Amino acid sequence: MNQELLRELVPAVIGVLVRRGADFASAEDAVQEALIRALETWPAEPPRDPKAWLVTAAWHKFVDAARSEASRRGREVAVDAEPAPGPAPAADDTLRLYFLCAHPTLPTNAAVALTLRAVGGLTTRQIATAYLVPEATMAQRISRAKRRIDGLPLDRPGDLATVLRVLYLVFNEGYGGDVDLAAEAVRLTRQLVALTDDPEVAGLLALMLLHHARRASRTGPGDRLIPLAEQDRTRWDTGLIAEGVGILQAALARDRLGEYQAQAAIAALHADAPSADRTDWVQIVEWYDELLRLTDSPVVRLNRAVAVGEADGPQAGLKALTDVSPELPRYAAVKAYLHEKGGDLGRAADLYAVAALAATSVPERDHLTRQAARVRQA
Amino acid sequence: MKYLLLKHYRGNPAPAGDATPMDRWAPEEVDAHVQYMVDFAKRLEETGEFVDSQALSPDGAFVRSDGPGRPPVTDGPFVETKDLIAGWMVIDVESWDRAVELAGELSAAPGAGGKPIHEWLEVRPFLTEMPNGTE
Repeated sequence: MNQELLRELVPAVIGVLVRRGADFASAEDAVQEALIRALETWPAEPPRDPKAWLVTAAWHKFVDAARSEASRRGREVAVDAEPAPGPAPAADDTLRLYFLCAHPTLPTNAAVALTLRAVGGLTTRQIATAYLVPEATMAQRISRAKRRIDGLPLDRPGDLATVLRVLYLVFNEGYGGDVDLAAEAVRLTRQLVALTDDPEVAGLLALMLLHHARRASRTGPGDRLIPLAEQDRTRWDTGLIAEGVGILQAALARDRLGEYQAQAAIAALHADAPSADRTDWVQIVEWYDELLRLTDSPVVRLNRAVAVGEADGPQAGLKALTDVSPELPRYAAVKAYLHEKGGDLGRAADLYAVAALAATSVPERDHLTRQAARVRQA
Repeated sequence: MKYLLLKHYRGNPAPAGDATPMDRWAPEEVDAHVQYMVDFAKRLEETGEFVDSQALSPDGAFVRSDGPGRPPVTDGPFVETKDLIAGWMVIDVESWDRAVELAGELSAAPGAGGKPIHEWLEVRPFLTEMPNGTE
């Protein structure tokens, strides 16, 4: 059995323990311990019924923990070591976990960590490695998050928007340690699509698949960033693109537009273009207008200026940029690009150099420095 | 023993090599420089000497407490004349000599015209967590 199959069992097993009367925090801890045990022992002795094994192991961990807690407090607590099997597992258990782990009262980084552990079935160590923090720090972050949501009812639908935001954040983290977080986010979103009936969830999945399809072409040697226009389109994963487009079309047909569907529509138009200069920029600008209407986000306004520059020329793009706050991290980079397109190379090079200083990641900084160097040489 | 190799945006002695800023190099020289850094870190991973490497944004500020019940005071952005750290690499090596040898290699990263920059790097030993000797 591979790790992914094992991970898929985790939310259901937490659900079983909770239905048998365990509180969420203890159930989740017990399942995590059982999971670590499974990772150690299954390669040598694979169980016949993996889920039953996990349920039994986790229940024993829970009972042990409850007993030692009770004796620590000098109290008797009756916990059945072998309870009657609870009611049939409901798919809703898993859905409730998504809502609980991404509860709006949690800080974002805690919601991300808790989602990856309880819904994703990752170990604390894997999550800590992926986010470059010590394991003890990550363990504390998760247990504080659990204390914060302690006692919240598990039976009420939560805030889907925060769940989607958490999944999208995980997706954008990319690779971390030995875990492919982008692939994990896709898996969790796929599962959420099956549990919900909201076109925005499908929109997010489509967006992820369309971005994921371009992953191989996005970086060159030495982690060098390759911008969309220069990517080798033959390396795009056409299977993922077709799947993403199909999911998006079905979502859009339901006529309940949201920001993820609109973003996916833009990604689909890029994926559909046989080359950068045959991109349908006019339609992309229309989608940015929709996105602005839905979100009124400054970042959308900035990206829209690029699209306007492509559709109606660099002067129109620069005009669209006057509505955008120069404080945004990528503002100078966009302005540099539009000036370069307009033929003002001196200004473009200076702006690329400024943009490199404002970059928020190393690959982006190196890319913008290279752009400055390239334009100065032209 | 762990050592910090500290790279400065400014505040270190002027490099012995060509000090042309990076955005005025040829694009392939930028690529060569970045590749050199990537290869250097990868090689130290293979020899078991790499610990960590981080780059810092030039933005930021000095911050200090202004007493209870008051918001902290910030002093920033950094003035042009100030020493400014660009990033670091932490290595875990056998000796000071090895740390110096590696810092020398890192400082020889190619720059303008493909020639080594010979920039100054600050090399600082870590203090250990616990005294090593017997009491």
